[in-house]
Amino acid sequence: MSIDTFLILEKLVLVVIIIAASMGIAAYSTWAERKVAAVMQDRIGPLRAGPFGLLQPLADGGKLFFKEEIIPDNSTKWLFMLAPAMFIFTALMTSAIIPWGPDFVFNTADGARTISLQVADINIGILYVFGVVSIGVYGIMLGGWASNNKFSLLSAIRAASQAISYELALGLSLIALLMLTGTLSLRTIVEQQHGFWNEGYFTWNVFKQPLGFIIFLVCSFAELNRAPFDMPESESELNMGYHQEYSSMKLGMFLFAEYINMFISSAVLATLFFGGYNFPGMDAVQAAVPSGIFALICVGVLMIKVIGFILFFMFVRWTLPRFRFDQLLNLGWTKLIPLALFNMMVTGAVILFVLNKK
Amino acid sequence: MESLTNRALAVDRSPMTFAEKIYIPALLKGLSITLGHVFKKKATINYPEETRPFSPVFRGLHVLNRDEEGREKCTACGLCALACPAEAITMEAAERLPGEEHLYREEKYAAKYEINMLRCIFCGFCEEACPKDAIYMSETVMPSNYTRDYFVYKKQDMLLTDEQVKQKRLKLQKG
Repeated sequence: MSIDTFLILEKLVLVVIIIAASMGIAAYSTWAERKVAAVMQDRIGPLRAGPFGLLQPLADGGKLFFKEEIIPDNSTKWLFMLAPAMFIFTALMTSAIIPWGPDFVFNTADGARTISLQVADINIGILYVFGVVSIGVYGIMLGGWASNNKFSLLSAIRAASQAISYELALGLSLIALLMLTGTLSLRTIVEQQHGFWNEGYFTWNVFKQPLGFIIFLVCSFAELNRAPFDMPESESELNMGYHQEYSSMKLGMFLFAEYINMFISSAVLATLFFGGYNFPGMDAVQAAVPSGIFALICVGVLMIKVIGFILFFMFVRWTLPRFRFDQLLNLGWTKLIPLALFNMMVTGAVILFVLNKK
Repeated sequence: MESLTNRALAVDRSPMTFAEKIYIPALLKGLSITLGHVFKKKATINYPEETRPFSPVFRGLHVLNRDEEGREKCTACGLCALACPAEAITMEAAERLPGEEHLYREEKYAAKYEINMLRCIFCGFCEEACPKDAIYMSETVMPSNYTRDYFVYKKQDMLLTDEQVKQKRLKLQKG
């Protein structure tokens, strides 16, 4: 009985920490985005609010909260309110299955307890990710539909068709990876990538599946609605997008959820392809420090990888112009899907004939 | 058709090569350009703290000059008002009374001197027209305001202050 309470408590603390961290990182992503944009355009970026403009996210949030809220008369009100909530909810849900660090031992009155830094280790981890990401499209679709504005609806359809098209290539690129790892559990996938170098070969999946990684990366740009595939909210040319009728914090929720999505998908990218919390020489570190501190170091390493990916997403956004919609679908259906299939075939052949696995 | 210059270039409409279609070389090129800009000098000037240097011929807000003894130089001759293409300057002349010699340099002075800054085009003709060097244009940018009345500058708004006169005198003594 006491163990169960402890388990609930432990997971609850973890969930609260992860949600707070996601929110915090998403908030500071907005700051970082503006700084990255500024630096690339030979500007300085926000710097008035606090040192280096670090209080800018709070100022922005405060502004959004106090703005007038407008709900269109002809909108379906409960759907209109549900959409941003749903979007942010699905954005946060994915974080449940990411292994943030290795297990560590915690001494309680009842004796030592092993604590896992993963909310839920489900054996179909990646399928769960796909499921939740697909639900994320509902937030966009509902937002566009419930506004009762034809332009919002059009851009919602545009966003949905983009997300669905790229989910295919995303899934296909992962199948090749799953053929290699032989498991869907993210925890096992991370453990297989232990360290950096093993028996004459890199352990990280990016070295085993470079093509798969590139396809996955391109598709996650599309899934995140980020440049160069940010048609769903091309604010300057194609009206504002599915959140055109939204104002105040509801709009803020949509924008914020995109940043949370970016954080989570960076974490998924790091976990699947860049070894998760593993780092070169981790065995020596593990032997030298207690397990709690080692777990913290590992979490830090994962965070560095995640922040690297976030910066890369921003870097690309401020470099590339937006794709046209036909170019986008063309790339998805006629380039990425065949490439992913080709990658799958080659991986299968290698497993069968070179590694001689049956 | 014969081209007018020999610099015309034919647009290349040949189909894209594989290297162009794969998009990644172009992408890397773009990324390297933006990465290069990370290390470049920033062009921003943090305005209220730092100001951009004005050119020596900058024409800003008008100043009515006083000599080193603090006497107004303007004699209300009206040449500036005549020269003004925007008709922004209005003045009324008055005669200097005995005992006012410390206030006005000449026997005639401007009792009222107004420039409507909403009309002014900052061309600097008034400065050129003035035979007494009484009006010149400073390196101050016009401040903004919500009311129209604010922009009609009175004589007192433009006259050098006592402090500025003192500084001017110090400058003269030094060299």
